[in-house]
Amino acid sequence: MTQLLDKKQIDQAISRLADMIIESSGDEVVILGIRDRGEILSERLSKIITSRAGKTALSGALDITLYRDDITEPSGAMRAVQPSYIPCPLNDKEIILADDVLHTGRSCRAALDAIVAYGRPRLIKLAVLIDRGGREYPIQADYTGVKLEVRDDQKVRVTLEEYGDIDQAVLE
Amino acid sequence: MESESKSDFVWTRKHLIGLKDLSRRELEHIFSTADAFRPVGGNRVMKFPTLRGRLVVNMFFEDSTRTRNSFALAAKRLSADTLDFTKKASAVSKGETLVDTARNIVSMGVDMIVIRHNAGGAPLLLSRAVDVPIINAGDGFNEHPTQALLDTYTIRAHRGSLDGLKIAIVGDIAHSRVARSDIYAMTKLGAEVTLVGPPTLMPPKVSQLPVKVSTSLDDVIEEVDVINMLRIQFERMGSNPFPSVREYSRFFALTVDRLKRAKPDILVMHPGPLNRGVEIESEVADSPNSVILEQVAHGITTRMAVMLLVSQAAAMEKN
Repeated sequence: MTQLLDKKQIDQAISRLADMIIESSGDEVVILGIRDRGEILSERLSKIITSRAGKTALSGALDITLYRDDITEPSGAMRAVQPSYIPCPLNDKEIILADDVLHTGRSCRAALDAIVAYGRPRLIKLAVLIDRGGREYPIQADYTGVKLEVRDDQKVRVTLEEYGDIDQAVLE
Repeated sequence: MESESKSDFVWTRKHLIGLKDLSRRELEHIFSTADAFRPVGGNRVMKFPTLRGRLVVNMFFEDSTRTRNSFALAAKRLSADTLDFTKKASAVSKGETLVDTARNIVSMGVDMIVIRHNAGGAPLLLSRAVDVPIINAGDGFNEHPTQALLDTYTIRAHRGSLDGLKIAIVGDIAHSRVARSDIYAMTKLGAEVTLVGPPTLMPPKVSQLPVKVSTSLDDVIEEVDVINMLRIQFERMGSNPFPSVREYSRFFALTVDRLKRAKPDILVMHPGPLNRGVEIESEVADSPNSVILEQVAHGITTRMAVMLLVSQAAAMEKN
């Protein structure tokens, strides 16, 4: 296990993401974090954007389990489904989809399906803490905290204080 | 996303035959899964791609509109295709056995069977004969697990938990598979259940169930938090278990007068169909205490949860 980012670097990356979003977004955005870690990222971004720029940045949590294409496949992961938390109607809103690690792009694909099931946003952008490469779908982030090149057989794991751990990203 | 889910519980049952053997943890897992299917923001119907390309067959050997439609809608909201199968339109009426019929259906590419049958044990029999998930939609006098799931889910939606709640199940207990499944689910979830009805409508071996028994609704009405009124199933009776419907109603119907003596926030439930004026007065069925229509709505979400979970377990078995 190798540490990729420590607490300070994670704070800096989130701060950078917030600045990028403030710079290029309208006065009102809805940040939807992909459960579980993306939810925390969304909450932290929302706080920073609200306090730093005075913009309305509502935070929500998106559970994408039901939109994955492998949930009932033999190769699929058994994931417990949790309710999503959508803080407001999404029609005509500017949505920032937030996740901790961008890898194959399949989670984001599922998240896009989940979002459009709730409404028809005006715009959806993607913010990720770490882009580790290895895409299998044509999906790119609009805002990236840290970009890394990681081998396919390695795993990037983000742990966060909100789940009783320390803020860090490690390579497993 | 590479993070693991917060819940480490894994559902492993490929079939839902009854609630007798389910643990509290399993019941709660079904509920938390059903939570994800509840509509968010208004009445917008959410449709999920989860069972896209799958075929679910409803094999109903007894008449049912409510349960059959509820299962069909649950399957459709998970994007599955559905096939309706009735006894009249099947080769069973020509003498084919249930197992042979089911094997034929599975050979046509069916991925899941929902079965209602007048013989207790039919779903269990099928689960041992074919390779796809079987969901029991009511078998004889045995169990009606998804009805009990929607009943308990509705109570949980109002009260947060069933722990410590006092629940009365009133009426035709002997012929009620709903009551049997309710008893298993409610007691496992921490409720105290009292069966209320004439002695002739109590099931044999009632003393072996984890419940209290009362022959007087008036004795229990003031203390219960939830009351579940059952329909008298005349069609299942060989002889009259009480002198007259009028007399039954006098002692066991939930009337406006009795409701006035109950706790103000009592939840009034009924698995349907209602016999207004027999086991429940119309005004009570339509009162603010009534959650009968909510039960129907929760039927879809809890059945979606069950369909998802058994599908996942079947996939895991193939892995």
